[in-house]
Amino acid sequence: MNYLITNFGYVSLLFGQHVRLTLIVLFFSLLIALPLGALVSRVRWLQGPVLGVLGIVYTIPSLSLFVLLIPLFGLGAAPAIVALAAYAQLLLVRNWVTGLTTVDPAVIEAARGMGMNGWQCFWQVEFPLALPMLLAGVRLAALSSIGIGTIAAYINAGGLGVLLFQGVVTSNYGKILAGSLAVSVLAIGSNYLLRFLERRAEGFRQGGTG
Amino acid sequence: MEEPVLTTPQPIHDNEKIPSAEIVCEGVTKHFPGGAKPAVDHVSFRVAAGDLVALLGPSGCGKTTLLKMINRLYEPDEGRIWIGKQEIHTLPVNQLRRQIGYAIQQVGLFPHMTIRKNIAVVPRLLGWSREKIEQRSQDLLELVGLPASYLTRYPRQLSGGEQQRIGLARALAADPAILLMDEPFAAVDAINRERLQGELLEIHRKLHKTILFVTHDVEEAFHLADKIIILQAGKLVQHGTPLEIIMQPQNAFVEELTGANNMLRRLSLFTVQSALEARRNSPAQSRPFPEQAVIRPEDDLRSALAQLLESSGDALQVINASEELLGELKFEDLRALLVEGASRNQQPEQDELPHH
Repeated sequence: MNYLITNFGYVSLLFGQHVRLTLIVLFFSLLIALPLGALVSRVRWLQGPVLGVLGIVYTIPSLSLFVLLIPLFGLGAAPAIVALAAYAQLLLVRNWVTGLTTVDPAVIEAARGMGMNGWQCFWQVEFPLALPMLLAGVRLAALSSIGIGTIAAYINAGGLGVLLFQGVVTSNYGKILAGSLAVSVLAIGSNYLLRFLERRAEGFRQGGTG
Repeated sequence: MEEPVLTTPQPIHDNEKIPSAEIVCEGVTKHFPGGAKPAVDHVSFRVAAGDLVALLGPSGCGKTTLLKMINRLYEPDEGRIWIGKQEIHTLPVNQLRRQIGYAIQQVGLFPHMTIRKNIAVVPRLLGWSREKIEQRSQDLLELVGLPASYLTRYPRQLSGGEQQRIGLARALAADPAILLMDEPFAAVDAINRERLQGELLEIHRKLHKTILFVTHDVEEAFHLADKIIILQAGKLVQHGTPLEIIMQPQNAFVEELTGANNMLRRLSLFTVQSALEARRNSPAQSRPFPEQAVIRPEDDLRSALAQLLESSGDALQVINASEELLGELKFEDLRALLVEGASRNQQPEQDELPHH
C-alpha cells in the first residue's frame, strides 16, 4: 500500500497509458469488426470460415503473438495494439453477427415491405436492435484487452503491466500489489460502465425504459 | 359476429385522397431454386379496385409467394403485374412498396419504436410534415379502435390483438392504393380474430381500399371476401364469389377444401345477407310480425337455421344494426340457395382472366 501512496503519480501515469491503449485497441478493432460483422451477417456462408479463423487467432498465446509481431512493427505500443485488436475481433464479430442475425425476420420483412431501402433498414431497425449484443461484445473485448494489455508491457507498450514486471524482477511486492489493484479497478470500472450502457441499450431496444 | 367496434363518423382522409387501384396479374410464374415444380405457375387474375379478395389455399400452394411478388419481396420469373395502370417493374422498388400497405401475420412492429413512430414509418419515408403525420397517426388509431394514449406506448406493452391493429394502422398510414395482408389474423385467438375480421370489413367499407389477403382459413375467406382466388400447387383453380365457389366448385380439390358437399358447412359459409341477395326478386316485407325471431344480415346461415328450428314461426326477420328491416328469411330460402342452387346451374363459370 505504501508504494501506491508514495508513487501515486507514476501509477496514475501508467493507468492513463493503459486506458489509452485499451481505447485505441477498441477503436481500431471496431473499425474492422463492424463492417466485417455486417458482411458476415449478410453472406451467411462466410460465417463459419471467418469465425473459425478468428477463433484460431484468439487461441495464440499473447506473449508469442506480441513477439511474432515485433519484426513487423518494432517494439512498443504498435505490435501490442495490433495483437489486442486481433484478439478482440473474435469477441466483437461474434457478438455483432449474433446481434444482427437474431433480429426478428418479421421485423425486417415489415421494414423492407414498407419500402425502406437497405441503408434505412440497417440504421433504423437492425442497428438499434443489434446494439445490446454489440455492446456486450465491446465489454468483453475491453476486459480482455485490459487483461492481456498488462503483458504488453513486456514489449515496451507501457501500461500497468510495467508495475507487475518490475515488481517481479525486483521482488517488490508493494509494486505488484499496486499494479494488480490498479488493473482490477480499471477492469471492474470498465465492466460496470459498459454494463450500464448495455442495459440502457437493451431497455431502448425493448422499448420504454431506455 | 360482434358489433363493429369502430365509431368514427368522419372519413379518414381529407383532400389528398389516393384512389384505390385494381391489381392485375398476367401469367405470373415463380420458381424457387431446388423446387421441382414452380411455386406459382402462370397465374392470371384481375382484382377490381375496391374489392376485398382472399387468396385461399393450403400451405405450400403458393399464395404467400404470389402476394409477395406484388410488392416485389419476390421477383416473378415470368409474367407481369399491374397496380392501376402501372406495371410494377417500371417503378423503383421502394417507391412501389411505399404505395402498398403491407400487413403480416407476425405483425413485425419495431420493438424499439413507440406506436407513434411505428405508424409514422412510411409517412416519414415519404417526407410528410410533422403535423400531417401527427394528425394522421391520431386518425388511424381512432380508425382501428384504440385510444390516442397508445401513441406513446411501445409494442411490447400491447396485447397481440392490439399489436395486429397497430400493424393494420401502420399499413394504412400513407393511404396506399392497395393493401396486401399475409394471414393477418392467423396468430390471434378466436375471439380477437372475429373482432379483427369485423373491423377489417368495417375499414374496407369506409376506405374502399383494394385488399388482397392470404389465408388458409376457409371460413375467414368466405366471411370476409367479395371474391376468392383458390390456389392449388401454384395454379389458380378457381376465382369467383363465395357463392359461385360453393355452388360450382371447379374440381374435387375445391369441393373438398370448401366442404361443398357438407350442407351444414356450406350454411356456415354464407351470411344471411348473401341469401337475401341471391333471392333478389322478393322485396323486403313491410309488415314485421312482433313474434318473429330476429337475425342480423351478417350472421351465417347455419345460425339462421338453428334459429328457424327453435322459433315457432317459419321465418326470421332480418334486421340490421340500425334497426332497419331488410327482409324475411324462410326455410325455402335456405333450400333454394343450397339444394336447388346447386343442381340448377352447372354451366362453366365466366372467364375471369384480364384482357391486357
